[in-house]
Amino acid sequence: MNLTLKVWRQKDAKDPGRFETYPAANILPDMSFLEMLDVVNERLIEEGREPIACDSDCREGICGTCSLVIDGRPHGGHHGTTVCQLHMRHFQDGQTITIEPWRARAFPILRDLVCDRTALDRIIQAGGFVSVNTGGAPDGNALPVSKTDADLSMDAAACIGCGACVAACKNASAMLFVSAKVSHLGLLPQGQPERERRVLNMVKTMDEAGFGNCTVLGSCEAVCPKEVSLSFIARMNRDYGWAILRGNPRRQTGAGGAG
Amino acid sequence: MKLESRIPSGPLAQKWDRHRFESKLVNPANKRKFDVIVVGSGLAGASAAASLGELGYQVKCFCFQDSPRRAHSIAAQGGINAAKNYQNDGDSVQRLFYDTIKGGDFRAREANVYRLAQVSANIIDQCVAQGVPFAREYGGLLANRSFGGTQVSRTFYARGQTGQQLLLGAYQALARQIAAGSVKMYPRTEMLELVVVEGQAKGIVTRNLVTGEILSHAADAVVLATGGYGNVFFLSTNAKGCNVTALWRAYRRGAAFANPCYTQIHPTCIPVSGDHQSKLTLMSESLRNDGRVWVPKKKGDTRAPRDIPEEERDYYLERKYPSYGNLAPRDISSRAAKEACDAGRGVGSSGLGVYLDFADSIQRLGEDKIRERYGNLFDMYEKITGENAYRTPMRIYPAVHYAMGGLWVDYNLMSNLPGLFVLGEANFSDHGANRLGASALMQGLADGYFVLPYTIGHYFASTRQLKPATSHPEFKKAEEEARSRLARLLSGKGKRTVLSLHRELGKLLWEKCGMARSEAGLKEALRIIPGLREEFWQNHLVPGNNESFNQALEYAGRVADFMEFAELLCADALHRNESCGGHFRVEYQTEDGEARRDDENFSYVAAWEYQGEGRAPLLHKEPLTFEELKLATRSYK
Repeated sequence: MNLTLKVWRQKDAKDPGRFETYPAANILPDMSFLEMLDVVNERLIEEGREPIACDSDCREGICGTCSLVIDGRPHGGHHGTTVCQLHMRHFQDGQTITIEPWRARAFPILRDLVCDRTALDRIIQAGGFVSVNTGGAPDGNALPVSKTDADLSMDAAACIGCGACVAACKNASAMLFVSAKVSHLGLLPQGQPERERRVLNMVKTMDEAGFGNCTVLGSCEAVCPKEVSLSFIARMNRDYGWAILRGNPRRQTGAGGAG
Repeated sequence: MKLESRIPSGPLAQKWDRHRFESKLVNPANKRKFDVIVVGSGLAGASAAASLGELGYQVKCFCFQDSPRRAHSIAAQGGINAAKNYQNDGDSVQRLFYDTIKGGDFRAREANVYRLAQVSANIIDQCVAQGVPFAREYGGLLANRSFGGTQVSRTFYARGQTGQQLLLGAYQALARQIAAGSVKMYPRTEMLELVVVEGQAKGIVTRNLVTGEILSHAADAVVLATGGYGNVFFLSTNAKGCNVTALWRAYRRGAAFANPCYTQIHPTCIPVSGDHQSKLTLMSESLRNDGRVWVPKKKGDTRAPRDIPEEERDYYLERKYPSYGNLAPRDISSRAAKEACDAGRGVGSSGLGVYLDFADSIQRLGEDKIRERYGNLFDMYEKITGENAYRTPMRIYPAVHYAMGGLWVDYNLMSNLPGLFVLGEANFSDHGANRLGASALMQGLADGYFVLPYTIGHYFASTRQLKPATSHPEFKKAEEEARSRLARLLSGKGKRTVLSLHRELGKLLWEKCGMARSEAGLKEALRIIPGLREEFWQNHLVPGNNESFNQALEYAGRVADFMEFAELLCADALHRNESCGGHFRVEYQTEDGEARRDDENFSYVAAWEYQGEGRAPLLHKEPLTFEELKLATRSYK
């Protein structure tokens, strides 16, 4: 296969950036999309030019590192597939392919196709956990969990934190990502004690990070490589509304108590 | 160098309890006076950083990925072992201990493995409390499945994404500590040097991968949890970024490297499709619960699998190992697959593949049940190969997967350099010459949640701590070395890309030091590697500069270390004149092709000490003594 790539090149966060065109010759249909980029980069290096910077790590669709918009669609638009799992057999000889990074205010571009997604980490730090220290946990079977809840929780927990949902959303909203974590923990008995403060704090941090609002367009669900369902957003909105109605949870005071 | 394993005295079952009681403690108010550096944020690193932060230590955690949640533990599929005996099928701490020692071909320390089996149950409890959505039965209790090398069901799982869910549990615990201010996280940061002051590990030198800034960090202890070195083979199931750099830098500063030749080749991976291949993808061992492995009986049989009648198929694992069948351990299954392919009975266009067939299970349990258990694996298989494994058998072939070898550590997980702790896959301690499936997750979390938090306190409380600042000459020296190395890498304006050199090294190792090794092959590899390394430094090509986001430079640094490490790997394989676990020397096999151990001469841990550039490393031996178990020939027949 012979292809033409239109690739977003940007030196650093301050550079305005531009598209550049590169040929991708003699590409095999069995190559993955990233292996095709490896070939192009090898040739660029051999020509003494700087290769295209692009994030990837596990290359088996689970680490969430790869983050390319291909012809306008995050991860290339194949159902339930990350870029690293996308193979060239889905493209046609002679095709021109446009490759861009995730674009969102909360994800500043570091170089070329690489962006900074630490905003997602900050949202988890705001409450995406169960506050248990190591040690002293009760027996794993002490608290039965219905299989239905465990399975649904797992559906939400499957999120790989890649940020494709943000890249696909015209508002650059992170609601699908946040709702996946809120639902994963909110569906389990272990997540109940902090359920309200969790959703309040995570949504607050999401808003502060510069993500947009959700207008329920569903493009996030369409591109999610783990097929995380839009219904988790509804679940989170319910939790959020309930938490607002009940008022802010009382601030814990550190010390005190009798004795 | 003296290797003191510091295994506590007393009966095996009481060693850990006694050791914890005898360990000195750090007063809660004093813990904040101790700084700890944790390099790596996978299961071992994240669980250690979080647990130490909870205890009150001041922790800095480093990872080269853009987020700690992306460490390669995330890709572990099948599950995590624990001696819970929830299935009432005869499991116990003793049995998990026995299975692990035997699975490791009697090349692991009894005391470490027993402790691992003891804390395995706590890990499950901890993870459940964190909200890890393990698979459950309809009654609400935890579900289990079986894995290779065992006859009980003790593997806990979260679909085919157990590593992901356990890592997210540890990552969330870490996130909580980051928010609390007890852990400071440094993503996109790579460790370039270990700093040793008066014999104690006292810090590291890092490079910020975005800005290129070189920085020193001082601490009272350095914890390496940086995973394995499988990528020395170029093609492996490891993530592209996995590397040996942190371990190799520590080795060059005096930490002993133990058993590097114990590498695990995983039997069930998707076969290589061509020279462009950048990595190999694992298909979880758990598939062997319901899949049957076979090849055609006839050589060069090119019929479609469904056209080959039952009586013309060789279910070779079931035939050779009737009592474990398709669940024979990894090293044995891999070698059996190689044997079948070498005999010309391999399948697929390359002839390097065997079938993993689900037809029987689908008939027995229905397609929905199989989809529920392994749906994501079948999907992944289809994406990569374009084939539907519900209709036609999977094609699989062995691939490099895990490193049992690693830095030498004592019972406290401390290396021979005081203050340098090594956890998870990065150390050598628990799996002997072969790791059983679902034990890597167990070990990573055992080390991070339940072992290090005790042993590091004892180190702080019992050793006089130097407190050198980063202005100390040793830090300056290490920074200077890191800088000059980067400059040397960047000066490479030769003809060959780093990728092509790495691929060449990997191919050589796979052929000479892969599934079957021979004296002649290893000697040849040892002759070729120095030349290849020379070629690397003379003729490599690295674009760009240090002061920017430069992935080519990062990669060149990692490959440069692989070029040195490869030699140690082959030297260790050459010196071990026996076959055990993942180390198979063709000269040492039984008549029916099984590994032949030599307990009389090789029942020891081989710990290698760096002697300087161009000089052969020095071998130290830690004898392995078996008090509880009798050394026996491993049989899965």
